[in-house]
Amino acid sequence: MAARRISCLLSRSLTARPASSALFHRGGKASLSRGISRYSTAAAVDDPIKSPVQVNYSQLLINGQFVDAVSGKTFTTLDPRTGDVIAHVAEGDSEDVDRAVSAARKAFDEGPWPKMAAYERSKILLKFADLLEKHNDEIAALETWDNGKPYEQAAQIEVPMFTRLFRYYAGWADKIHGLTVPADGAHHVQTLHEPIGVAGQIIPWNFPLLMFAWKVGPALACGNTIVLKTAEQTPLSALYAAKLLHEAGLPSGVLNVISGFGPTAGASLASHMEVDKLAFTGSTDTGKVVLQLAAKSNLKPVTLELGGKSPFIVCEDADVDKAVELAHFALFFNQGQCCCAGSRTYVHEKVYDEFLEKAKARALKRVVGDPFKGGIEQGPQVDSDQFEKILRYIRSGVESGATLETGGERLGTKGYYIQPTVFSNVKDDMLIAKDEIFGPVQSILKFDDLDEVIRRSNASRYGLAAGVFTQNIDTANTLTRALRVGSVWINCFDVFDAAIPFGGYKMSGHGREKGIYSLSNYLQVKAVVTPLKNPAWL
Amino acid sequence: LALPNAASVRNMATHPNGTSESFVKIPGIKFTKLFIDGEFVDSVSGKTFETINPSTEEVVARIAEGDKEDVDLAVKAARRAFDHGPWPRMSGLERGKILTKLADLLDEHTEELAALDTIDAGKLFATCKAIDVPHAANMLRYYAGAADKIRGDVLKMSRPLHGYTLREPIGVVGLIIPWNFPTIVFFMKVSPALAAGCTVIIKPAELTSLSALYYAHLAKLAGIPDGVLNVVTGYGETAGAAVSSHMDIDKVCFTGSTEVGRKILEAAAASNLKPVSLELGGKSPLLIFYDADVDIAARIALNGILFNKGEICVAASRVYVQEGIYDEFVKKLVEKAKAWVVGDPFNPKACQGPQVDKKLFEKILFYIEEGKRQGAALLSGGKRVGEKGYFLEPAIFTDVDEDMLIAKDEIFGPVLSVMKFKTVEEGIKRANDTRYGLAAGIVTNDLNVANTVSRSIRAGIIWINCYLAFDLDCPYGGYKMSGSGRDYGLEALDKYLQVKSVVTPIFNSPWL
Repeated sequence: MAARRISCLLSRSLTARPASSALFHRGGKASLSRGISRYSTAAAVDDPIKSPVQVNYSQLLINGQFVDAVSGKTFTTLDPRTGDVIAHVAEGDSEDVDRAVSAARKAFDEGPWPKMAAYERSKILLKFADLLEKHNDEIAALETWDNGKPYEQAAQIEVPMFTRLFRYYAGWADKIHGLTVPADGAHHVQTLHEPIGVAGQIIPWNFPLLMFAWKVGPALACGNTIVLKTAEQTPLSALYAAKLLHEAGLPSGVLNVISGFGPTAGASLASHMEVDKLAFTGSTDTGKVVLQLAAKSNLKPVTLELGGKSPFIVCEDADVDKAVELAHFALFFNQGQCCCAGSRTYVHEKVYDEFLEKAKARALKRVVGDPFKGGIEQGPQVDSDQFEKILRYIRSGVESGATLETGGERLGTKGYYIQPTVFSNVKDDMLIAKDEIFGPVQSILKFDDLDEVIRRSNASRYGLAAGVFTQNIDTANTLTRALRVGSVWINCFDVFDAAIPFGGYKMSGHGREKGIYSLSNYLQVKAVVTPLKNPAWL
Repeated sequence: LALPNAASVRNMATHPNGTSESFVKIPGIKFTKLFIDGEFVDSVSGKTFETINPSTEEVVARIAEGDKEDVDLAVKAARRAFDHGPWPRMSGLERGKILTKLADLLDEHTEELAALDTIDAGKLFATCKAIDVPHAANMLRYYAGAADKIRGDVLKMSRPLHGYTLREPIGVVGLIIPWNFPTIVFFMKVSPALAAGCTVIIKPAELTSLSALYYAHLAKLAGIPDGVLNVVTGYGETAGAAVSSHMDIDKVCFTGSTEVGRKILEAAAASNLKPVSLELGGKSPLLIFYDADVDIAARIALNGILFNKGEICVAASRVYVQEGIYDEFVKKLVEKAKAWVVGDPFNPKACQGPQVDKKLFEKILFYIEEGKRQGAALLSGGKRVGEKGYFLEPAIFTDVDEDMLIAKDEIFGPVLSVMKFKTVEEGIKRANDTRYGLAAGIVTNDLNVANTVSRSIRAGIIWINCYLAFDLDCPYGGYKMSGSGRDYGLEALDKYLQVKSVVTPIFNSPWL
């Protein structure tokens, strides 16, 4: 429910308000776009607002201590509003990963973490959640500074969700059940669900904290120890959060955080012989590399959350105004930097024209600007690579004959701001309809029949998510089962509760995160069998 | 539950000398009225009853005496809170946060709450402080963490149908609880009921109202909305009967004696057929096999019967010892029993306080006399301790036959019957020869014996080489006339949930 309300809020527009859950109930349309001019006049290019926080932690976190990299090297993390340096961060490489893995190995093999009563682990996670609540705004500010996402989104939605996820996993720690299972003969059979060991986790830059929670939460609840590699674009918030987790009582060595690059730190983690499990969220291309490294080293099991090109299907009976708003949210949320972004907007021909006109108008009203400013819906893209890549895709869209309805350009002259961009007349074989762009580029496509849209939706190498907009229960049920994707949102989008599993079909990945399903990523199952003598029953 | 280790306690005067105040500051009594719809109120009749300290036989407080009219008011409040209030409409996360807050408040008041149970029930203060109250707080946290994990299933239908189950809170729940664990049983029932989204009327035992009313106060502080938790103090025949026969209560859970359980089930049947969960009496066997370490076995046996003065439904009141180690076992047991210290429950050296009241005290003495009269050998104890308060020496009987009253009835006191058996099959048969089926213990190192006996005994919980090993995640409840339904664990939530199936046709599904 909370997330649904949050989605509603987001799908309208964030206006400058203090964080309060009560406000989520309102978020009425009256406040929609008051004082908001179209993006082209929004003050994206004003001097950036000074960050309200300092960077206190920039070293690697190994065995409970902040330390420099063995090589002594550092790299810069940049402010996407300006491209200026925020901080010099220790650059972890293979030797640092080795140190972190040994610490995690020792913490796993010798304890106390996996040997502790589960409710003691649970209490530490709850304490951590309390500390997060206290430091909500600082963490949110770090997240915005490093990533460029609107501060209000970070402070009112993402950090509270981060906290909520840890409460959720705290509740699981003491409820992880094996089974007693029937045997054909006189045998007593049990399954033990044991922690898998040292987990290597590699997370992306688009939701640095939430991805931290999706990975670290279940791994800790199950009693594992961790080496976490953050994205080089966004190393800061994880270090702060990990520090708080230690303050909450996490023993040394249980969570080690390595900042650094994929080809060095990430690769050595993926191929490490002493890492028992790997979890990765990122691009499909990198996911392939990670899976290969795991296969070539010790065959460690791998969970992958990869790319997507998710369809958002607007049926003829849909409430067009709501569909427009939600389709806009599904694509543009977080600067379009979501793996599950609704990046193929399929609209039924009967409502196509109306939808297109309104979708364009909505994009024009999108408020782009300094993410620290109140009421901002969209900040800069995370870095110059992404920025350039998105602009290339926009050019490709124009060249391949799609109609550029609005946007299509950089915004301002500084930082990585891009105009909210809408293409119509998009065909399935165009690059912008096939590739994951990961930016504020909406592609609108027309369909006229349900079977057709099912076929076209499924004609993708990805299978992460889908949105379905219809009032008809039969249409909803038919689409739900026919779409080969891991999440179907019906008349909503991006509802990400702690208990709702998330993951991909096809080349969008393996495994599920969140919910009870996420626990199995971090558990081994041991079957225990012993004969029974004169059993009273079988 | 960690148990007091008798062997480590030196013999102290086995009578309640000195004052309790010399061990701990006894708190004043703050709450004595009914708690209905978020307010402390007098009973409609204006009547009150006394609650007595069993250590001193002195009146501690006068408590509002709830009756049918008060139960009606409480049900109205609970009904309103369920039908129109925020509680069942909140997310599990939000309910869980409030329950966690309540757990934190328990932690802040542990000593005072522990003292209330000691004054009211004669329970050991040190145990209440170290076990009962912290365990209750952890129980709240456990179910707080379960509140957002209540889930139905999506079903495998045999035709083109989409089917799923919703697990919905059952509604207004009546809870009737006993006096032996006023804190633990309160939260054993209340925590899962509230986590599930139900609203509650709870009637504590008339002997132990104090901590329950304090919990009502803390619940309000924690943010539990008015009407969600109502506490009606009073007697079983009046307030309890009104709960079990109420037409607007959707579910009753009771912990107490088998006789009263039967009355509650009858009242439910005669009124609105509300489902009833019962945790009733027991006469639980502890089987000690010849390969057991006799010293460990004797310690398990002694704690199994004497913990909480024998006032525990799972008490190991029938100990079966395999021949071969019988004599040695009895010797060790008697030795250990002699080191068992009976005295002021506030004294940290005491292993056992007074029985809860005069009625029970006299009943236990009756059973001891009956055991002697029927020919059992009283090896140790069996007498009153001191002049004031309901203190008893632990009684150990040998040469007991299954048809003697002390081997058949639940005595609910520190009275142990020791018996001898020969084969595994005989042990199983005799252990099962009872109308009860709550718990059983097995002491052996033989894997086959442990597994065979575990499956053969018709009881809800089996402890192998341990006893009283309760755990939050471990369900417990009775077979046979020990009751129905389970407390603890995720199983306990089932008592407070309805299952609704939802089915609709589907078209062109690529799979079924």
